[in-house]
Amino acid sequence: MNSDKKVLVCQDMDVRDSAWYWDKFFQILMLVSGVSAIFLIISIFFFITKEGFSFFFEPFSFREFFLSSVWRPTSLSNPSYGILALVIGTASVTGFAMLLAVPFSLCAAIFISEFASGRVREVLKVLVELLAAIPSVVWGFIGLSIMNPLIIDLFDVPVGLGILNSGIILGLMAAPIMTTIAEDALKAVPDHYREAAEALGATKWQVTFRVVLPAAKNGLVAAILLGIGRGFGETMAVLMTSGHSINLPTSPFDSVRALTATIAAELGETAVGSDHYRALFTLGILLFLVTFVINLTADIVVKGNKRH
Amino acid sequence: MDSVESLEFAIQVDKLNSWYGDFQALFDVDLEVKKGSVTSLIGPSGCGKSTLLRSINRINERLGSYTRISGTIRILDHDILDESVDLSQLRKRVGMVFQRPNPLPLSIRDNVLFAHRIHGSSKNLSKREEERILEDSLRTVLLWDDVKDRLGRDARGLSLEAQQKLCIARLIPLKPSVILMDEPTSALDPKGTEALEQMIWTLAGEYTILIVTHNMAQARRASTESAFMLLGKLVEKQNTGDLFLNPIHQQTADYIEGRYG
Ligand SMILES: Nc1ncnc2c1ncn2[C@@H]1O[C@H](COP(=O)(O)OP(=O)(O)OP(=O)(O)O)[C@@H](O)[C@H]1O
Ligand SMILES: [Mg+2]
Repeated sequence: MNSDKKVLVCQDMDVRDSAWYWDKFFQILMLVSGVSAIFLIISIFFFITKEGFSFFFEPFSFREFFLSSVWRPTSLSNPSYGILALVIGTASVTGFAMLLAVPFSLCAAIFISEFASGRVREVLKVLVELLAAIPSVVWGFIGLSIMNPLIIDLFDVPVGLGILNSGIILGLMAAPIMTTIAEDALKAVPDHYREAAEALGATKWQVTFRVVLPAAKNGLVAAILLGIGRGFGETMAVLMTSGHSINLPTSPFDSVRALTATIAAELGETAVGSDHYRALFTLGILLFLVTFVINLTADIVVKGNKRH
Repeated sequence: MDSVESLEFAIQVDKLNSWYGDFQALFDVDLEVKKGSVTSLIGPSGCGKSTLLRSINRINERLGSYTRISGTIRILDHDILDESVDLSQLRKRVGMVFQRPNPLPLSIRDNVLFAHRIHGSSKNLSKREEERILEDSLRTVLLWDDVKDRLGRDARGLSLEAQQKLCIARLIPLKPSVILMDEPTSALDPKGTEALEQMIWTLAGEYTILIVTHNMAQARRASTESAFMLLGKLVEKQNTGDLFLNPIHQQTADYIEGRYG
């Protein structure tokens, strides 16, 4: 094969057959798409930061922005841009969601990867993928029309929209992704480790807990981080189920407002370039930074795993 | 206990047949392995040596219902194919060393103590007890001096030879009656092979060892008895010296003279 080519090259060095042109064509195509993707990302980033950062100079007070819970951007006489309540809203909903989703997804992943066999495993994997494919409006709808009355009935509270509702819905949304990633991490543990442990007399449980889980540790952490990132960035379902009222919550039934939901609900009604408009972009930057850091951490954790 | 002491054979395989799906890998295999001896299993590639070995600790059952087996296998006179047999207990008595060294992704210390901790009846074994077992086991496989300063390191960082020794060391705390070895030196260089063989010799007597090998020189050097397999059948078993000098069957002679490769 190699020597064939060499002979050809020597005979006519400047032959440019159709393969040569196709090759060049695709090379250029790839280059153009690669460069334009990078260019697009940079310009999006630039656009967002330009709008958002300008807010930092004029009406912005660092203290007020991060430490005040008064978000009153539309007040004519006394507008106030404190995001504390929004941050706590997002954090409490995401935190509650993870409380449910982390144990659930890890157990599901362990079951699918280590205990289920054949048909059961396939069916479960399809189910998980189906769950992951449900659009977030539908989840929001489920929260509104099923969870809401259920919570009112069960706990005897006036409103069923709040941290509990939103957290459950968000947990259900994050669980399939976390399950899939965690299962991949478990599957990536070479089978000869399991065989070695079983040959030493370890039971399935012992193999799982003493060998497989420690070996997959980094991948599992990454799965959890990506789930958190997912929860953090989710907008529609949270908007629909959290009650969307600005609040420093004291109980899981309190309604809260999330960062994402605030942007989604308010951006359409602001004048381009106004303080409010730019404040929302600042929220966007904040979200972007947090998700970026979470995903980057997940990435680094996984890379650490591959060193062996 | 008394009857175990007086037993002549540690492993008795009787009319063992084995299938992978529709493919039959073993045909009516009979094999008796003397207690405390090193017995080698030789034969060309694909003749079923690993299948036989992996039936004796029933690790082949990992493959699921795809593998079937018939016949009897007795370890120290216990029928181990019986339904009531607990696989964990069986594997405590019958250790296995694999072709590629397969230390667990744990530290050297945790590797050696892994099986011991799993089978430990009392959860809180004293640290001192563990350290003693650790040192004993590593000394038994002549690895202690090499690794005593880095017991906390990941075992996968050791040389292949040391890894394979470690894989033997982690069996020692269980005091298994039988150790099965499936081409334990095939991943090692000649020097490592020799070192490991010498080490295996030191284990004979205390443990019954059944070792698969492709390397006939190794079989001659390392074993008291040798068995020859061909196409899923056990052709013959004799004292190693006799098998290599006066094989009963023509097929054995052909193999020994290298006609099967
Ligand atoms: N998982 C499996 N599925 C199907 N067939 C198998 C499987 N494992 C082994 N076999 C077949 O069973 C026969 C015996 O295999 P086995 O691995 O026991 O041979 P072996 O003597 O150990 O060979 P080698 O010297 O190459 O290790 C071979 O023909 C092999 O193809
Ligand atoms: Mg083999």
